[in-house]
Amino acid sequence: MTIKLRDKILPEKGVEELLGYAVPTKTTVELRGRISRSLVEEISRIKKEPDWMRRLRLRSLELFEKLPMPNWLRGIEELDLEELTHYVKPEAGIAERWEDVPEEIRKYYERLGIPELEQRFLSGLSAQFESETVYSSVKKKLSEMGVIMLPMEEAVKRYPDLVKKYFLRVFPASDHKFAALHAALWSGGVFVYVPPGVRVEEPLEAFFLIGRAMEGQFEHTLIVADEGSFIHFIEGCAAPMYKGYSFHDGMVELYAHKGATIKFTTLQNWSKNVINFNNKRGIAEEGARIDWIEGSIGSRITYVYPSTILRGRGASTRSMVVSVVKGPYLKDTGSKVIHVAPDTRSRIINKSISVDGGINIYRGLVKVLRGARNAHAHVECDSLILDSKSMAFTYPHNQVDEPTATVTHEATTGRLGEEQLFYMMSRGLSEDEAKSLIVLGFLDEIMAELPFEFANVLNRVIQLEFKKLGGLG
Amino acid sequence: MFFAVNDRPVSFIWRPHNSLLTVLKLTLEIKDLHVAVGGRQVLRGVSLTVRYGEVHAVMGPNGSGKSTLAYAIMGRPGYEVTKGDVLLDGESLKGLTTEERSLKGLFLAMQEPPQIPGVRVSTFLIASINKRMGADDLTRVKNPLVLKRIYDAVKNVGLSKDHLTRELNVGFSGGEKKRNELLQLLLLDPKVVILDEPDSGLDVDGVKRVAEIIQELREKGKAVLLITHYPRILEYVEPNHVTVLYRGTVVAKGGPELAKRIEEEGYSFIK
Repeated sequence: MTIKLRDKILPEKGVEELLGYAVPTKTTVELRGRISRSLVEEISRIKKEPDWMRRLRLRSLELFEKLPMPNWLRGIEELDLEELTHYVKPEAGIAERWEDVPEEIRKYYERLGIPELEQRFLSGLSAQFESETVYSSVKKKLSEMGVIMLPMEEAVKRYPDLVKKYFLRVFPASDHKFAALHAALWSGGVFVYVPPGVRVEEPLEAFFLIGRAMEGQFEHTLIVADEGSFIHFIEGCAAPMYKGYSFHDGMVELYAHKGATIKFTTLQNWSKNVINFNNKRGIAEEGARIDWIEGSIGSRITYVYPSTILRGRGASTRSMVVSVVKGPYLKDTGSKVIHVAPDTRSRIINKSISVDGGINIYRGLVKVLRGARNAHAHVECDSLILDSKSMAFTYPHNQVDEPTATVTHEATTGRLGEEQLFYMMSRGLSEDEAKSLIVLGFLDEIMAELPFEFANVLNRVIQLEFKKLGGLG
Repeated sequence: MFFAVNDRPVSFIWRPHNSLLTVLKLTLEIKDLHVAVGGRQVLRGVSLTVRYGEVHAVMGPNGSGKSTLAYAIMGRPGYEVTKGDVLLDGESLKGLTTEERSLKGLFLAMQEPPQIPGVRVSTFLIASINKRMGADDLTRVKNPLVLKRIYDAVKNVGLSKDHLTRELNVGFSGGEKKRNELLQLLLLDPKVVILDEPDSGLDVDGVKRVAEIIQELREKGKAVLLITHYPRILEYVEPNHVTVLYRGTVVAKGGPELAKRIEEEGYSFIK
């Protein structure tokens, strides 16, 4: 039998329901208004940063001012950067034990079952609330192996040479306006370093919460896997409900040295208040591998394009993106791969689900540079549209300058028909239950790739997303 | 943990309906049913009754409105009842969704069930069964007896366990689709069974097996509405009543002898 007997971690409520409405939390600093040199310097001062980081921020600010608004962005008219609070420091330190995290913040994480998940499954966890890390803990075994996992700010101070080598080198601030904005205002996030040959079998996780409206969150995650090492990193995000919107402009940089493997899994479950702009890129050296899994469920608008540069011979990547849009919202997703070296391989699997007026856009890129001999790329792009109000668009882009390369592309679009829905309902299922079964089936291939616990969580999140109030079953 | 507190025991779905309802012979009544599809009047005043423990055959040439009758009983969207009513045990089904009608004990085995890519037969069966048991998660099997029931039913309808892992009706042959409908019928154990041409596309052995299952349903006290174009299957299972439809109205009513007449003469006598 292929049926998985799935444990549940999340209780029988939607994530928004679980977190409820935002409760006021105490803060010590809030910076809002125009994005200026003095604002950036103030953030740097509060963080007591070394000068090189301050200068890096200021250079990025200049880029932000110069760069044009990307002309392909849709639906962010309501975003008014001048109105946002760009930095919010909660009244909390960085705790190593959950009991030391202020109660009103801790409750959010407890409702999501994060501490339980940490205990059962993770080798380290970092939790961020608003702009700062409020909890960071790594299991002893990991420190003994020399693995570093620290809030980004601490890493900047304690390992400046290591951080300098990679920070904004994988994803330069000059790439686009929102990358530059991120680099100028970044706060929070995690730094991870895995020494040569070390395999971290149990995943590390970072969890991000935005607890209020009209806030910007700009966390920066940097993972460096040294030669022959292995790491699986998971990031999760959520937000309670509030009036208005918030803005997320995070960045993830991965560097996989020779023969190293980085698996990076995201379960994005922002509330419908969050406009989510994600900058994700990795570089894979010779024989290295980077695997992205992106479960993009929540948010009002999301832009996310996990990208990999295959720089060394024989490097490989696989990027699986699941994008669910339920309701009048938008997701613009897509994976990008740049083949630089010979014998590099890539596989992109994108699955989108649109329902209740949702819109999915796939915007992918496969680029094979001249000299990347025998590069091999395969793109699979499947869209599932569950009613006539919803839409899906795909804009795959292949640019192949190497004649020995093989680039293949497959795309399918399925629309749930009235007859199929009637058939399933005639067996006693509600419309939403029928849809959630179809969605879970559509995602089977990706579920099989997820760690068991996260397949459970994703399964529940999807069932919850598709249930009407009043309960599933 | 197999029996959570709020779970009804598994025998719930196997409850034979030989209760008071059967004794009273309350059942499915179709009263002066008028149905429009896309603005076109397809049924114009159909009345018939199907009692528990009886097989009522609805016959008629193609396009006479037999499938429309089945869909209207199940409350399929787009099949608008413009006049008349359908009653189950004396209660009107008006306003009930397809889902609610199913949970009240109606079942339709479709003539040509659609393909549902991505959804495995097992997943679909378990979800439908769990729904009836009030389970909180439709995808999990809480009681191993459910799996045994499924395996037994698979064997009973002449399918193999391999079918359970296949996508619902995807790549199924005509015969496999029919068997798969019967499989769901056996597992959901409805009160009223509507079979829309269960014999079409089957070989003689297949038709005989379907007839046996219909006979078993009747013995178990089900009300069976058997829609069929060809009288062939009625050689193996004798109906209690026969109603003949033509152009959306009832043109003849009778017993098994009416089916025999159609077998001999075809539908020419009604035209």
